[in-house]
Amino acid sequence: MRQSYIMPGFRPTLGFTLFYLGLVVLIPLSTLVFTSLQLNWAQYLAIITHDRVMASFRVSFVTALLASCVASVFGFIIAWVLVRYPFPGKRVLDALIDLPFALPTAVAGIVLATLYQPSGIIGKLLMDSFGVQVAYKPLGIVVALIFISLPFVVRTVEPVLQEFDSSMEEAASSLGASRLQVFVSIIFPNIFPALLTGFALAFARGVGEYGSVIFIAGNLPYVSEIVPLMIITKLEQYDIPGATAIALTMLVISFFLLLVINLLQHWVRKRSGQL
Amino acid sequence: MKVKTSITAGFFVIGLLVSGLALADRTLLNVSYDPTRELYQDFNKAFTTYWKDKTGETVTVQQSHGGAGKQARAVIDGLDADVLTLAITYDIDKIADKAKLLPKDWQSRLPNNSIPYTSTIVFLVRKDNPKGIKDWDDLVKEGVSVITPNPKTSGGARYNYLAAWAFAEKKYGGKDAAKEFIKKLYKNVPVLDSGARGATTTFLQRGIGDVLLAWENEAFLAIKELGEGQVEIIAPPSSILAETPVAVVDTVVNKHGTKDLAEAYLNYLYTPVGQKLAAKHYYRPSEPKYADAADLARFPKLELFTIKDKFGSWDAVQKEHFDDNGVFDQIYVP
Repeated sequence: MRQSYIMPGFRPTLGFTLFYLGLVVLIPLSTLVFTSLQLNWAQYLAIITHDRVMASFRVSFVTALLASCVASVFGFIIAWVLVRYPFPGKRVLDALIDLPFALPTAVAGIVLATLYQPSGIIGKLLMDSFGVQVAYKPLGIVVALIFISLPFVVRTVEPVLQEFDSSMEEAASSLGASRLQVFVSIIFPNIFPALLTGFALAFARGVGEYGSVIFIAGNLPYVSEIVPLMIITKLEQYDIPGATAIALTMLVISFFLLLVINLLQHWVRKRSGQL
Repeated sequence: MKVKTSITAGFFVIGLLVSGLALADRTLLNVSYDPTRELYQDFNKAFTTYWKDKTGETVTVQQSHGGAGKQARAVIDGLDADVLTLAITYDIDKIADKAKLLPKDWQSRLPNNSIPYTSTIVFLVRKDNPKGIKDWDDLVKEGVSVITPNPKTSGGARYNYLAAWAFAEKKYGGKDAAKEFIKKLYKNVPVLDSGARGATTTFLQRGIGDVLLAWENEAFLAIKELGEGQVEIIAPPSSILAETPVAVVDTVVNKHGTKDLAEAYLNYLYTPVGQKLAAKHYYRPSEPKYADAADLARFPKLELFTIKDKFGSWDAVQKEHFDDNGVFDQIYVP
């Protein structure tokens, strides 16, 4: 039996979706797979498990994780302020949030490196008062990634917060819940799935980011080399299969992590009765 | 009727446009490495005037600059370069080898092994040289911070590395000693930029490091840009002769119909005008007799050795030092 849908146009739209995904996503990605198929399993493992490559994976994923955690906390606060309180200049502030989207990432990297270098305005302050060097250390990568990933969190949490039905809050208050209780057991669980999405987007962006990081990282082998730099370095040596092997591995890990986050999100929604 | 007229008119306009394109002046794309920007800006002006006077044809020369390795890869991946003016013969070898865009014996087609000008590596230090850096072994001293790009991605950085290696091998005797020396040197490097210009920026604009290992012309340029007295050039007693080759890309010029133009362009580098411009932009001309004596006098005198004398060939260098698990990778293993 053919399944029929109430909405017309299922076949053409699905056809278009598959065609578009194929053209824009799957064909380029499959080229990656085919190029790395030039390697046999042992060669592939040797490239991936090389100490220096492993170190770069560690740097990339740890810094992206830290940065997206920080961006999630502060992105949430910013979204909260933008949605909940009216204040003069709010629209300007709102527009400012999107700037990291629009700014070429290389520009962001150069600006951040200038500010956070040991003799820069912020860098000198941090150096003198805490003895912390940011630029040209792994910490610099985290700073760049926070900058890049902030709008992802704000822009995913903001609409959900806006749609949030305040009658639930009012009901809770009238039943005697404290402000903290309202936040912890009413607001946060409802926002959490959106926050997870924002976190996932920020993380995915952070893992793949090259332009801004390269100017602030210092790029020292085993210390502050990110995976995209390893890929570029391999390409510079005309080692294309090696570069694609690393790229493919990164793709698989990222896909797996995003899948886990999506499942987690699904589970949270289900538990809190949103599905 | 009206429709027909407008269609005819439309075709007429399109026809005009097409024939206009066909008659358009020829362009030449010169793919080069980072620090040659200023040289080729001047040289292109001189060449287009010369060509106009000689043939009446107006030509446009376009420039593309970037890290030498990146540029070579772009050409392999399909960037339509008519001529290459790169930092290292190895990169053009790779283009001949991987993409087969020009014959393997490309180096024998122009005078002086296709090297119209050379350069070398010198030190750029802060005003009054507070760390007292005079020679290569001052770079490994404790507390000296050295700025040099990553030799895996930068042509200039490869010369830096090899100059230091050759110095150590001669002074301390043997490869093991040289490796130890290189390891100590890179311990003093706080930032590895991917290209020569990036490293120059780190040193000059960010104020990081006590000494920058720089192309000679880049060092002169930095002083010119910043004004005297901020940084100064220190020439070590010995350094490496950076042989920066040029070549016509056969496949591309045949496709574009620019073979005569591309050959004339590169040959013009060897003429008195080209040589004079090279010297003016701080490159060491292959025919010093054509250059201004005042320009030549600016070059410090130092003992220069070639890759061929010290290392045999670029292929051998690449394999031993810069390929994966080569010496450069080994010195970073914790």
